[in-house]
Amino acid sequence: MTMPILSLQKISKRFGAVVVADGIDLTLGEGEALGVIGPNGAGKTTLFGIITGTVAPDSGRVLFAGEDVTRAAPERRCRMGIARSFQIPQPFGGMTVFENLVVAAAFGGGKRERDVYPRCAELLDQCGLADKANRRAGSLALLDRKRLELARALATEPRVLLLDEVAGGLIEHETAALVALVKDVRARGVSIIWIEHIVHALIAAVDRLVVLHGGALIAEGLPAEVIRRPQVAEIYMGIEADA
Amino acid sequence: MQWLNTILQGILLGGLYAMFAAGLSLIFGVMRLVNIAHGDLIVLAAYIALVTVQALGVNPLVALIIVVPAMAGIGYALQRGLLNRTLGDDLLPPLLVTFGLSVIIQNGLLELFTADSVKLNAGAIEIASIQLGGGLAVGTLPLLQFGLAVAVIGGLQWLFYRTALGRAFRATSDDQSVAQLMGLNNAHIFGLAMAISLAVVAVAGVLLAVRANFDPSIGPARLIFGFEAVIIGGLGSLWGTLVGGIILGVAQAIGAQLDPGWNLLAGHLAFLLVLALKPEGLFPKVQG
Repeated sequence: MTMPILSLQKISKRFGAVVVADGIDLTLGEGEALGVIGPNGAGKTTLFGIITGTVAPDSGRVLFAGEDVTRAAPERRCRMGIARSFQIPQPFGGMTVFENLVVAAAFGGGKRERDVYPRCAELLDQCGLADKANRRAGSLALLDRKRLELARALATEPRVLLLDEVAGGLIEHETAALVALVKDVRARGVSIIWIEHIVHALIAAVDRLVVLHGGALIAEGLPAEVIRRPQVAEIYMGIEADA
Repeated sequence: MQWLNTILQGILLGGLYAMFAAGLSLIFGVMRLVNIAHGDLIVLAAYIALVTVQALGVNPLVALIIVVPAMAGIGYALQRGLLNRTLGDDLLPPLLVTFGLSVIIQNGLLELFTADSVKLNAGAIEIASIQLGGGLAVGTLPLLQFGLAVAVIGGLQWLFYRTALGRAFRATSDDQSVAQLMGLNNAHIFGLAMAISLAVVAVAGVLLAVRANFDPSIGPARLIFGFEAVIIGGLGSLWGTLVGGIILGVAQAIGAQLDPGWNLLAGHLAFLLVLALKPEGLFPKVQG
């Protein structure tokens, strides 16, 4: 593996009696695409909260580009280059689609607004939102909200992009387009962690796969190989069937 | 003709009320903070203007050059130092803290300036008027005050929808935690919102002080006028706030014309009428 851009060291977190992270050690290489699977409640989304700074771990450290960011505020981590998308899209509903991107690009990227317009227009194009640029984000249908979620995260010019179930609810050719987009983002040098239940989409896009179960990593390795392991297959049979 | 004049005066007075309301509305819109001390901050601005005028011997309108930045600075410091700590899921702490602030400001001013009412003298402009013909005349000062109100509302509108800071305000207003994930420092954004709110308060305070007598106790009534203008116009709509202020001003003027004692009563009745018929206000913002 190349130099890690992000590493979690012995991260633990519990909500009351529920352990959502139990001493997790995880590293993400520079330019790597890492897939995360696991049943609902395994602690996948909490992990994103810990990486972005909205959830404070009980113990353990988060290192980004060699710097300890365990206590850094979410906005600072964003400006350093960590961005995420939400499973349930959370656009700024009262603003236009384009404005959503402009805010993210200007503040997340630390730039002047007029300097980010071209990049935002390009992202709209890339994510299939060009014809909806001036629509109020709150009026978008689910698929477009998901596109906006991704475009807005990209607008902050992340070095690490965290994707939370972006493929859920997409039909076959949309999923293929999403995989192509993720590969393209990665080709630009962005490192990716992708949580996804649609395993075949994930396997097509990531270099490495980890399986999270009960707040712990129970398997890690090449995607095609990990998915065939008996204990993973056991957990996963049900989920692949839902998807 | 007398009635036409009454309505005209009411409209011009409404500009001032709209300015009371605009700062209040901005703060509530961006951070869901109901600033009970808003009226007292208006009075504080008036006293800062008084001190400036006495110390430098300048016209009150010129004193705005000092009072506006001073109030903006106070706003930023107040927000970062105190009010940010009260914000959260619970609406009660900011209410209690700003209520306490209101008491402190009133008593502080009372201690420093006594309960005697004072007034700022803006000179010849106060009695200047423009003849509109047919026996109708408007005072230059009320007209200037109204013009400033329109300019302030227009400026805020421009700021909100045409600038990076405005987009930051709207994003934070939409979803604070997502805004943070997009690189927005909420504590700073809130500080700037309060700074702008109190800059508007400064303009309103100086105009109030030039228009009529003031003393440390008149803040809460200005707060009520501000609230009423915001609610009449509809939360979140700046031009609506201007219309709300005008309706309040006209109602008060008409009430006063009928019977001098009905001035405030008529304003409150107009407010209650709007609240009963259109509880969301006349120009509610479309919800995201």
